Amino acid sequence: MIYSKEVMRHFKSPKNLGEIKKPDGVGTVGNPRCGDVMKLYIQVEVRDNLGKKEEYVKDIKFQTLGCGAAIACSSMTTELVKGKSLTEALKISNKKITAALGELPPAKYHCSILSEEAIKEAIKDYLNKKNAKN
Amino acid sequence: MKKIYLDYAATTPLDPEVIKAINLGMKKYFGNPSSIHSFGQEARKVLENSRKIVASYLNSESDEVIFTSGGSESDNLATSGLIEALPKSNYLPHIITSEFEHHAVLDTVHELVKNGQAEATFIKPTTNGLITPESIKTAIKKNTALVSIIYVNNEIGTVQPIREIGKLIEAENKNRPKDQRIYFHTDAVQAVEFFKLDVHYLHVDLLTFTAHKIYGPKGTGVLFVKRGTPIKRQIIGGAQEYRKRAGTENVIGALGLSRALERIIEDKADKRPGRQNKSFPELSETKEARRLQTLRDYLIDEILKKVPRSRLNGDRFRRSPANANISFENAEGESILLNLDLLGIAASSGSACTSGSLLPSHVLLSIGLPPEIAHGSIRFTIGRQTTATDIDYLIEVLPKIVSKVRKMSPFNEN
Repeated sequence: MIYSKEVMRHFKSPKNLGEIKKPDGVGTVGNPRCGDVMKLYIQVEVRDNLGKKEEYVKDIKFQTLGCGAAIACSSMTTELVKGKSLTEALKISNKKITAALGELPPAKYHCSILSEEAIKEAIKDYLNKKNAKN
Repeated sequence: MKKIYLDYAATTPLDPEVIKAINLGMKKYFGNPSSIHSFGQEARKVLENSRKIVASYLNSESDEVIFTSGGSESDNLATSGLIEALPKSNYLPHIITSEFEHHAVLDTVHELVKNGQAEATFIKPTTNGLITPESIKTAIKKNTALVSIIYVNNEIGTVQPIREIGKLIEAENKNRPKDQRIYFHTDAVQAVEFFKLDVHYLHVDLLTFTAHKIYGPKGTGVLFVKRGTPIKRQIIGGAQEYRKRAGTENVIGALGLSRALERIIEDKADKRPGRQNKSFPELSETKEARRLQTLRDYLIDEILKKVPRSRLNGDRFRRSPANANISFENAEGESILLNLDLLGIAASSGSACTSGSLLPSHVLLSIGLPPEIAHGSIRFTIGRQTTATDIDYLIEVLPKIVSKVRKMSPFNEN
């Protein structure tokens, strides 16, 4: 097998697979022509953090058309992001995703980059919608 | 878990008879065939006997058989070796090849063009993966020196009309001065077991094949070089292989290759007469070819029936008995392969994810598949150990795998 145990664990039983019916933000990255498309859905909740209001990723789901690494990266990203504040979520880098998966073959680094882009896109989409409302 | 190998076009397991021959050979024939003592001469005898077997398989002369390290080296030698050996002239030699050659030919031709050693025309196959003799004919120019066309495509298994192309080149050569003739090479790596390899029947000057696709060892191949065909050796050193390929001969490899051919000859001897298909005369109607053809047709029919939005790549009729290449819309190839592997089934894919680049297979693109479809293509290639039970198991699990992969996709319609 070309992948680490952790990658295969996520590939076999991906976490947070599916869609959120009424998401607060959606990020779609990649292109079917290149073989990989990732779509992340987030639901955001505002919590009171010691008197300061902060936004958290309450729920996250993904749908991915792509290779084993693309699916594992998507799944791992949802795990890393779920329950985090948006500020923390924005700090999740492709390196962090790769490290959490143990390792990725070099040809698959772009999958972790796609995942990082997907979560950033989803948060951006949420913020855009929020700003449009205000 | 039972393991099912459906990747015979990648490589084949060694035939038990080949293993026996190699084992014996490794113990007995370690001498250098160039040595004059008995150790060397015994090894020489084994090597030359292997060459004779290859020559008889190709219906060629022994001195037209050059042993190499494999298909890629033979392809490189046929293309670069021919172009570099042409007599100096005022014009740049022109090469005609196809868009769906193996990289060992395609990249060599690109290299020759890049280095200013040749110009080239890349013929686009038809959408069912065939090269027509007419398309070759129209591409011929005054400075055409080499035509190189793959016999059986390694990815989609389609069979090219090598004999017709060979004959038309021969006819064209009749009207040319000798120093301007066109040479014809075919990469026959995937053709050896099931298709006619008689070089006179095919009208070829150069022909490539390798041992490890026919149940022989890796690391040994053949280039047939017709007498009088100019070839500049690419590996330089001693005078081995009629000065066309230096290096101490791989005696054990040659022995294994020739033993593998003998096993095929035994199967061919077993053919029932009168079954020759007139519209597909290149196909050797052996018992094994017929058995695989039946399995292949069953595999194709069932998968196309059971998996919605699937399609067969390559001509249904003019294809190798061993090959089925199928695309699944909205499902990425590597994901399908990994799921198959988890169930013990080995196949291969034309997706970019398996090649290390973002581009899917050049073969699938050349027959007009959109990249997003090419990414979802799986090649199943069957062989001697494949049984109907194996195919039944594949047919049982594959529809579930494709539907599972599709459910994960953002383009899922459910």
